Amino acid sequence: MAALKRFLRTLFLRWEAVLELAFGQQNNPVVNLGALGWYFFWIAAGTGIYLYIFFDTGITNAYASVEYMTHDQWYAAGVMRSLHRYSSDALVVVVFLHILREFSLDRLRGRRFFAWITGVPTLWLIYICGISGYWLIWDKLAQYIAIATTEWLDTLPFFGEPIANNFLNSTTLGNRFFTLMVFIHIFAPLFLLFLMWLHIQRHARGRVNPPRSLAVGTAITLLALSLVYPAVSQGPADLDTVPATLQLDWFYLLAYPLLDVVPGGKLWLILVGGTLFLALLPWVPPLKPTPVAVVSLDNCNGCGRCVEDCPFSAITMEPRSDGLAFDTQAVVLADNCMSCGICAGACPTSTPFRRARELIPGIELPDHSIAGLREKTVAAAARLNGARRVVVYACEKAGAEVLGGPDAQVITMPCVAMLPPAFIDFALSRRLADGVMLAGCAEGDCYFRLGDEWTRQRLAGQRDPYLRSRVPRERLVTSWLPAVSTRRRQHALSQFIDALRALPTADNERTR
Amino acid sequence: MNSLTRGLLQLPAYAVFAISVGYLSFWPRYQYAAPDRAVVKVSVSHATKHIKPCVLLTPQQIAELPPNMRRKESCERKRLPLTMEVEIDGDIMLRVQAEPSGLWGDGPASVYQRFEVEPGIHLVTTRLRDTDRADGWDYSRTDEHMLHQGRYFTVTFKAETGGLVYR
Repeated sequence: MAALKRFLRTLFLRWEAVLELAFGQQNNPVVNLGALGWYFFWIAAGTGIYLYIFFDTGITNAYASVEYMTHDQWYAAGVMRSLHRYSSDALVVVVFLHILREFSLDRLRGRRFFAWITGVPTLWLIYICGISGYWLIWDKLAQYIAIATTEWLDTLPFFGEPIANNFLNSTTLGNRFFTLMVFIHIFAPLFLLFLMWLHIQRHARGRVNPPRSLAVGTAITLLALSLVYPAVSQGPADLDTVPATLQLDWFYLLAYPLLDVVPGGKLWLILVGGTLFLALLPWVPPLKPTPVAVVSLDNCNGCGRCVEDCPFSAITMEPRSDGLAFDTQAVVLADNCMSCGICAGACPTSTPFRRARELIPGIELPDHSIAGLREKTVAAAARLNGARRVVVYACEKAGAEVLGGPDAQVITMPCVAMLPPAFIDFALSRRLADGVMLAGCAEGDCYFRLGDEWTRQRLAGQRDPYLRSRVPRERLVTSWLPAVSTRRRQHALSQFIDALRALPTADNERTR
Repeated sequence: MNSLTRGLLQLPAYAVFAISVGYLSFWPRYQYAAPDRAVVKVSVSHATKHIKPCVLLTPQQIAELPPNMRRKESCERKRLPLTMEVEIDGDIMLRVQAEPSGLWGDGPASVYQRFEVEPGIHLVTTRLRDTDRADGWDYSRTDEHMLHQGRYFTVTFKAETGGLVYR
């Protein structure tokens, strides 16, 4: 399993690197697959609502109404129909890529299981939406889908009489099934939307909108495709004739040709078994639980910054329980906590300058304490003996350990946003280093979702806790790169050390 | 990199995306059935006879039953399997025995099959057994029919209208 993840991760990172050249990191489609899924869903929903205005829901006139939309009103409903189809297809593409990528990046195990298992049933709903949609057109493809689906359903031991009898010949055709499909095609997307909402419930600020330029680019692409190659019907359904040759939408109907070679019952077993296997992947193998963040009530003033910054909605503010003169206190929801430490980085009491008493912030990870981080900083600085000395604070997932050497000492933590900005000030103002580098995951693709964004905002003075203005910005550099970009990271460090050479050393500054 | 260069670099990426979506949305074509053949569909759903004949209850037996459950005869719930075969020009194309549906085997037995044949005039014979007779058939029909290329020929059963129906 680990080898498969590694292989997929390499593929995705290479693909991401290629697309980064054209899109930049923030707009990279590979890091926005989930948001693109939402976007395509909304395009399909919006166009579907428009199409429903002109659609005749009776089986005898459904085909004619679709033909009217496609040909007579090609400039509006026709384009909408094509957009409806292509956005639905694009939804399947991004959803499968999203699944593969999250799997490859191991963003499913441990307490992250929730988003994964709530995502699995959305696959079935997406297919129910798509298949029921094709049924409604009532062309030859719809006829094939109706026959193949009911024959396939008949392999389940639920029906007293074959439901395929409804589509035996033109005399058996009735409105019953068709009306059912209309209902399914309306209510399945609503239920899908509910599951999509549930899917991101443990994500604070769930990313449901792609960056604007990517949204515009994909919309124009789908629109161009709709105009160049509009979706058309495949002739009216006729239950007395055999729909021999068909143009399948392979995104949605891939399973159907398999019925020619795999018995229907076995195919159900494969799909249901595959779904269960997919749902169990977060526990294959189980992830050793990590200690969750703990609140020190003596040091928590109830400011709520940890709640603001937690990417997984794992902290809430509750009424004070210890009698101190604050209204609220932070409470960690252990089931949601991913042990990223971002809360500790947000806590105003996480300051290494504190001397009055033991350094215990209002909230921190027990196995990555802020006091320990201060000790590591001092120890790392002591090991530096190059002409220019750099302390590198790095995310464990960033693969920045390779940067270590006489010029640079690396201190890792679960997420670089665990670092309170005061540590940068501490390292530089105490002359522990000539420069500080922050090394994290690629921009917009933080393993803990928001670490890079919060760090950038803190450094820019847009988010508490700010990096103090007295910190010389030329002695600070950030490096947001995927773990595989070792060479680029090393190059960034070399360039930074070169830039530091143009500045006085910290010792010189002290004596000046 | 300026935005124009970046935009130009994005064009091939969007083109690949559009072509992939557009192509797989329609192509390659799928051959569901041979276009030069006729397709015979056999669909029969029929409640066979009970495994034991119903027994008429005596007035005394009826009186002993609770008022809401009184009936004239007592029947075994379970039904017999349905046996049928379809022969075309003397060749057996389908021979099947279907068990009655339902947890207690008291529902209708169903047969649903389809197969392709050469188009043309064929002698179609269908036989069906819904009793416990050892040999012979309860229903049988033999007709000559024109089976058209690319069209369905259906064999169904309606006991209330005389049995086997060809269309």
